[in-house]
Amino acid sequence: MTETMVALYVFVLACFVGYWVIWDVTPSLHTPLISLTNAISGIIVVGAVLVAGFGDEFTVELIGFVAVTLAAINIFGGFVVTQRMLAMFKKKK
Amino acid sequence: MQLGSQTLALAYLGSAALFILGLKGLTHPASARRGNYYAIAGMALAVAATMLSPAVKSYAFIIAGGVTGAVIGTIVALRIKMTAMPQLVALLHSFVGLTATLVAIGTYLTHARAGAPGGVLMAELFAGSFIGTVTCTGSLVAFAKLQALITGRPLVFRGQHLINLLIALAILGLGADFVLHDRFASLLLLTLLALVLGVLLILPIGGADMPVVVSMLNSYSGWAAAATGFTLQNNLLIITGALVGFSGAILSYIMSRAMNRSIVSIILGGFGGGAAGPETAAAAAAGKGVKSAAVEDAVFLMGNAAKVIVVPGYGMAVAQAQHALKELMETLEAKGVSVKFAIHPVAGRMPGHMNVLLAEADVPYDHVFEMDEINPEFATADVALVVGANDVTNPAAKTQKSSPIYGMPILDVYKARHIFFIKRSMKPGYSGVENLLFYQDNCALIFGDAKHVCERMAVELKSL
Repeated sequence: MTETMVALYVFVLACFVGYWVIWDVTPSLHTPLISLTNAISGIIVVGAVLVAGFGDEFTVELIGFVAVTLAAINIFGGFVVTQRMLAMFKKKK
Repeated sequence: MQLGSQTLALAYLGSAALFILGLKGLTHPASARRGNYYAIAGMALAVAATMLSPAVKSYAFIIAGGVTGAVIGTIVALRIKMTAMPQLVALLHSFVGLTATLVAIGTYLTHARAGAPGGVLMAELFAGSFIGTVTCTGSLVAFAKLQALITGRPLVFRGQHLINLLIALAILGLGADFVLHDRFASLLLLTLLALVLGVLLILPIGGADMPVVVSMLNSYSGWAAAATGFTLQNNLLIITGALVGFSGAILSYIMSRAMNRSIVSIILGGFGGGAAGPETAAAAAAGKGVKSAAVEDAVFLMGNAAKVIVVPGYGMAVAQAQHALKELMETLEAKGVSVKFAIHPVAGRMPGHMNVLLAEADVPYDHVFEMDEINPEFATADVALVVGANDVTNPAAKTQKSSPIYGMPILDVYKARHIFFIKRSMKPGYSGVENLLFYQDNCALIFGDAKHVCERMAVELKSL
């Protein structure tokens, strides 16, 4: 199996996991769900780090720098705002 | 210290598991915060492991970018108002998209230096750049609409779909050229076209369809991350991208089902903001007038009721009436009245928008009910108070086959004994369809700003 084929296996299986996990999310938490998925899609920072840390060409590193910055805004912005929202969901005192 | 490739892969596997547990936590409000912590831990693990990977040779740009982003992201997230959540989310989606594009271009440049990249990689780079760019500009347009920088009305012109199709075909052609002939200029050109396509795709979609748009762009940002995962042969990105992509896709499906419209018709756009349909005239011809009521009338009935159901809509968010509503809820409960909130899935500008605003106002989440849970209860409610909602309460969706909203699931407000609508004016809702409820004998309109009316209700009620 080529590496691309392995990646395809992983992708399809992850789609199934996503399908089942997301249907279980309660509708009242759909906004935090969007902000949390937003935060974790900041995982693209992994790609950005590899570009920014290439260490051989200034242009590439500059592109990487912008990419890391944007992804970091997503990660921190997403997690903090999710935390803020979830902290507000309370039961009757 | 540098990690070997096996250790790195193991760390990524751990992150993926933590992300799945994190999303799983959102099954219930009680476990949701723990879920967020799992996801944060997963992210920290992934970033730390990547930093230690031998492929990273210099740290200056990474640290500079990371710190800048962390400061901006945290400040924005702490300051943003809850009513502005849809805008924030749209903006963040555009960042994911742009990052995917930049990573695709950057990866191409790094590989080009090391020799000719393979065809599969080039195809993946094409996909990453294309999806990323469409996500980016599409989200920026959604942001501009939500922030009211541009009109929320659908912008439609002739030949729109044909132009989109032609642009998409041109992008595919350029993509093929890039993959087959290794022409970097084609990649850049198709990225520019994708910028335009992203804008054109979202422009025709109207304001109240935004819950679907926001979910859809959420989904795109996931697919962009997954495509990047394929280019980098990184399974963590692929898994996370698939999770996010599916999350957005499922939300889009739930939202479009709640409007009884197909995703395709929403994407094609052009719905809403039109002229009132013919049934308006029919209702007027029936000669039934619309009644208006004073705050005191509503207060008297609510104060003596056993059960009141409040139906909030986007108008509540606009008027920032959630705190006043909570005050009203407490005053009613102090008098022994049971108060419940009924939320339609597409109320507001993003999925779950109303729930967050009510939570912000300290309304306990066990007072807030979804459409299917609460609908059987309207028949036993003494008063239904509609605050800033309209189309989602219109019985025309059940009774008038000719209505544009026919078939849309609605909240069964019409079954309540008394109905009060807080409205600014007689303007119809987003669909342009007049609400048949207004002509019902037991329904009355209270004209005014939702916040002021609710505040006055609470005051009046205390002196009852």
